[in-house]
Amino acid sequence: MNKPASSAALVVEARGISKKFGDRFAVDNLDLDVPAQVCFGLLGPNGAGKTTTLRMIYGVTRATSGTIRVFGMDIGRHLRAVRSRLGVTLQQNALIEALSPKENLLVFGRYHLLREPELSRRTEELIDFLELRSHAHVPVRQLSGGFQRRLAIALSLVNCPELLILDEPTTGLDPAVRLALWSRVRELRAAGTTVLITTHYMDEAQRLCDQVAIVSAGKVIAAGAPAELIRTRVAPETVEFDCTPSEEAALLDGVAQGRRLRVGRRLMLYVDDATDLIEQIRRHDDGDRRPIIVRPTNLEDVYLSLTGTSLEANP
Amino acid sequence: MSLSLPYALAVWRRNAVMYKRTWKWNILPNFFEPVLYLFSIGIGVGAYISEIGGTSYIAFLAPGLICVAAMNGASFEVTYNIYVRLVFEKAYDAMLTTPIEPDDVLAGEVLWAVTRACIYGGCFFIVLLLFGLAPLPSSLWVIFVIPITGLLFAAIGMVFSLRIPNIDMFSFYFTLFLTPLFLFSDVFFPLKERLAGPWLWVAEALPLLHPVRLARASFNGEFSVTVLWDLAYTLGMSLLLLLWARRGVRDRLTN
Repeated sequence: MNKPASSAALVVEARGISKKFGDRFAVDNLDLDVPAQVCFGLLGPNGAGKTTTLRMIYGVTRATSGTIRVFGMDIGRHLRAVRSRLGVTLQQNALIEALSPKENLLVFGRYHLLREPELSRRTEELIDFLELRSHAHVPVRQLSGGFQRRLAIALSLVNCPELLILDEPTTGLDPAVRLALWSRVRELRAAGTTVLITTHYMDEAQRLCDQVAIVSAGKVIAAGAPAELIRTRVAPETVEFDCTPSEEAALLDGVAQGRRLRVGRRLMLYVDDATDLIEQIRRHDDGDRRPIIVRPTNLEDVYLSLTGTSLEANP
Repeated sequence: MSLSLPYALAVWRRNAVMYKRTWKWNILPNFFEPVLYLFSIGIGVGAYISEIGGTSYIAFLAPGLICVAAMNGASFEVTYNIYVRLVFEKAYDAMLTTPIEPDDVLAGEVLWAVTRACIYGGCFFIVLLLFGLAPLPSSLWVIFVIPITGLLFAAIGMVFSLRIPNIDMFSFYFTLFLTPLFLFSDVFFPLKERLAGPWLWVAEALPLLHPVRLARASFNGEFSVTVLWDLAYTLGMSLLLLLWARRGVRDRLTN
């Protein structure tokens, strides 16, 4: 059942897709290529068009223009065939609260026309895979948020999907549950599943995703591997400290390289090597030791420098 | 048209699984309602009525109340229950991540509402048989009237439920629509004998009237041309409303 898509092929191929709600473009001429067997992150602020893009990919929202091919098939024409091969975890859990996790899985398996004994076998597998065993027979409404989320993900795996779509799977979860879910996603990917995930957590995207696309106002504004984006879009080291805008000019006199990002008093500078910069700041401060943080630049910096409104790039 | 019976049955099955857990609580109020009417009005009011339409009053009430039971069974399903699944449980959003399509959702839900109509109408019919109020074998025809009554009220309720802004609107549906139908559809008295000419034509538009006349014709074993009109109305109206509901389902579930 879990036959991998041919490795060279793109699992999702969206060309110039737009979606208009009233006068507003939720998605605006967006291109997206998701190669087989990677974990692909779709990143962007709230309202950037991530969920609408996902909905168009699994065919619940019709694109106003553009084409979407999933598994090489046009989504408009092969809806059932495409959906039988993918799984979706919705942003908001859609569980049957009166039923137990096991019963939820059985009901959901039937949506994919699974029959016994396959249905029970798959249900048991997923109960183990997402560690639902301890509460497999307890009504869902009595379960914690983390447990419910795991069940929601289990439901989307019931048909052994070749493409798993996760819409903000870890929002609101505690760190332990997030870690556990990440490890499941890695296992799935290792077994050949293509994963398409949206998230606001850049640490999550950086750790989990082979490739990401950053979406803003319905368009892809940057795409690539996280490390590559950090290297090409910003710089490897980040220096963070507090200073007023008026102080900034004097403090950084002659320091021109890289991008800067200011959030209130906090200033972040992206540089190739922080050594000289720190020395200059120390000289300026003249014995007054201003707290300075030097850290590796991460995907969040890339994200903020691309989508943040308070961005200032040096000429 | 993209309707697939196996997927529609998967939708039906979801509801059946849920119902199996709660039927004891659900069935009691719905099922006892017509039984209470039958005995309080049939015996209480019936004591003052020596004869109506050639029978005792309780025997006159019996066939109409079967349709009322079927109507109620279907109506609760396609109003409150549909709304909860649509808005609160997001059940259809989940279904639409699988190969299930909006047409399957509509078919599965309507089929389920018809099933519930059959459960309520059927149980009430069995009560009538036990009390000797259903003449055999002619009243057995009512077995066909119950599901089409369910179908008609499933279709009406679906159209309504898919278009209302909030759940409070259902109280209008029940008190201003179903209750008047219940009172003025040949169940308690023959409209023909009480309404003046033009009002009789208005009455022909009322949906419950036609199933009730079909049920009464079954009980009396007297089938006239009216039966054809009643059948045509019930099935034709169901079909039209289902086509309308089909658009509603698509609009609500996809965009």
